[in-house]
Amino acid sequence: MLADILQLFIAGLATGGIYALAAIGFTLLWQTSQTINFAQGEFVMLPAFFVLIGMGFFGLPFWAAVLVGAAVSIVVLGLMFKKLMVDPMLHHGVLPLVIATIGLAILMKEAVREFYGADAWPFPPLAAATNVTVFGAAFAVQSLVVLGISIAAVIALQLFLNRTRTGRCMQATAQNPTVARLLGVPVERMILYTFLINAALVALASLLITPIYLAKFTNGELLGLYAFIAAIIGGFNQVRGAIAGGLLLGVLDNFTAVYISTQYRLVVPLLFLIVIILFRPQGLLGRVEERTV
Amino acid sequence: MRPSKLVLALATLLLMAGVAEAQVKFAYVGEISGSIAVSGGNFRDGVILAVEELNARGGILKQKIELTLYDTQTNPGVARAQMQKAIDGDPYVVLGPIFSGNVKVTMQMLQQAEIPHFIGGEAAELTSLGDPYLFRTSFGQQIGMPKIANFIRDELKAKTVALIWVNNDFGKGGRDRLIKELTARDIKLTADVSSESGQVDFAADVVKLKAANADVVFVYSNEEECARIMREAKKQGLKGPFVGDTTLLSQKTIELAGDAADGVMGHVGLTADAPLKEVEDFKGKFLKRFNYAPDHNGLKGYSGVYAVKYVTEKLGKLDRKGLAAMMHGLTITPKDEPGILIETSWDNNGEIDRISFLAEVVGGKQKITKILPKIGK
Repeated sequence: MLADILQLFIAGLATGGIYALAAIGFTLLWQTSQTINFAQGEFVMLPAFFVLIGMGFFGLPFWAAVLVGAAVSIVVLGLMFKKLMVDPMLHHGVLPLVIATIGLAILMKEAVREFYGADAWPFPPLAAATNVTVFGAAFAVQSLVVLGISIAAVIALQLFLNRTRTGRCMQATAQNPTVARLLGVPVERMILYTFLINAALVALASLLITPIYLAKFTNGELLGLYAFIAAIIGGFNQVRGAIAGGLLLGVLDNFTAVYISTQYRLVVPLLFLIVIILFRPQGLLGRVEERTV
Repeated sequence: MRPSKLVLALATLLLMAGVAEAQVKFAYVGEISGSIAVSGGNFRDGVILAVEELNARGGILKQKIELTLYDTQTNPGVARAQMQKAIDGDPYVVLGPIFSGNVKVTMQMLQQAEIPHFIGGEAAELTSLGDPYLFRTSFGQQIGMPKIANFIRDELKAKTVALIWVNNDFGKGGRDRLIKELTARDIKLTADVSSESGQVDFAADVVKLKAANADVVFVYSNEEECARIMREAKKQGLKGPFVGDTTLLSQKTIELAGDAADGVMGHVGLTADAPLKEVEDFKGKFLKRFNYAPDHNGLKGYSGVYAVKYVTEKLGKLDRKGLAAMMHGLTITPKDEPGILIETSWDNNGEIDRISFLAEVVGGKQKITKILPKIGK
């Protein structure tokens, strides 16, 4: 029994770590540019196909295809997304941009279906499918690797944001862009950096999740939803909130599937979301933001 | 009439004759996208291959086949709308759907329109609902499950089974039938894990299967989900043995699961790896045409078209009612119609009977270990 709980906990943390990577992107973009990207799930789906194209069409080995896929993701999902969609739309307000990203999600999904088909495709895992036994519980090495990489990515991001000059400038941009600009922070460049970081994070999430989900054009639907819920549960305006929300959601999802019902595995996180919105609308680790008119 | 006018008149007549050339309308209404697009796509390509072959030979009764494709998106609501669209096009026959839930919600529409339909759905109840126009292209679960239960008892000597199944009409029908057959053979079910169609994360489900500590793990789901279950099982070190029906051993499952599918055993009603010359030839043609290996669904679509062709030519006319009537109690052998691939019989309910196979996945390939005779023999 205890072994089962431990296994579920680790597997949940591993999946939750991936949700956290996507959820961090939500908070980063919101904080710096007031962008809510409802195509975030599709942003996680797409890099895996870049890798498959690298391997299938250009005959690259997996590691080279990963590097190329990550680079293409950063350009397409970071630079081009900002320049071609966010910049022209943002001055129209948050809502038109939200609708535009919903449209983008549909476009990305259908484009993948058109060019790569509706089938699922196998995707190489980053670690061998073996397991290690600790205190009688067998842990999948792949889950441990996924969890380790997610934690490492989150720590690296936190160090970058808190310990580097660029990171602090990005935080200043997030807190108050007008004052940051007055202090000489290149706000536009900082905003661009957040889009590039988001693209790198979704590319990483894609590499970690696709061996489990298999590469399929619909993968973004659930991922986007989970990442969004994770970001709200944790606190939409805090990176550490998104991390906590993602991990919590992953664990909650697994325990619900085993101890309540597989059919209701999405219901419990949604109920949790409603409770959070009702009693702690700023999220578990979020800040209360006052608005004035 | 001046020669130029004569030429013009002749050309117009020829053009009109071309336009008016009679065509037999076939409709494929199936799962081109959605959670079981893998199965629906394979079935569709089997249909396309057969139609192209027949048209190259002049069609049916010297009339070319006009095939129209409709995508149900694996969604019963969309399936009904698409089926209505297909019926409005006045097809001679409908091929599909493959998803049992979609068959269930559309079969009455076809019955009312008196259009014969050749389905890919395997849910047991479909042939017990009194539709005289419905014909299977593969076994219903009531045929396959007793064979699997015998295999579990006689070959694997198992006393306990942990079951994971997909919670849709196909999965529920199979689960109910399997439990009935296992109980009749005094085999205990130690885990009964339901999963969702299109589910992507099976970590929790595999933990439940591991905890059951059963002699056999039975996996009954669609191809993609089967592959994800096998990958997760390997990841978590669940040893099996894993047993299933056709989908667990299908080419697509093996391709997606990779080496996690090695060692999987079970029953396959229809397989492109059957050691039969007609099936081997079909596999070669399919590979050449579509650049991927077919699974059992490709065979279902292909042989379904040839069954229609055989009966229609026997009738000598396009007669939907006549076709449905003749199909009942009919046996077609590859000698009568090579496109049928394997000797196949239909009973008065549209249920199918043909030989089937026990198979094992070895080195990423399905290996037939035993040929099981037709039920009626």
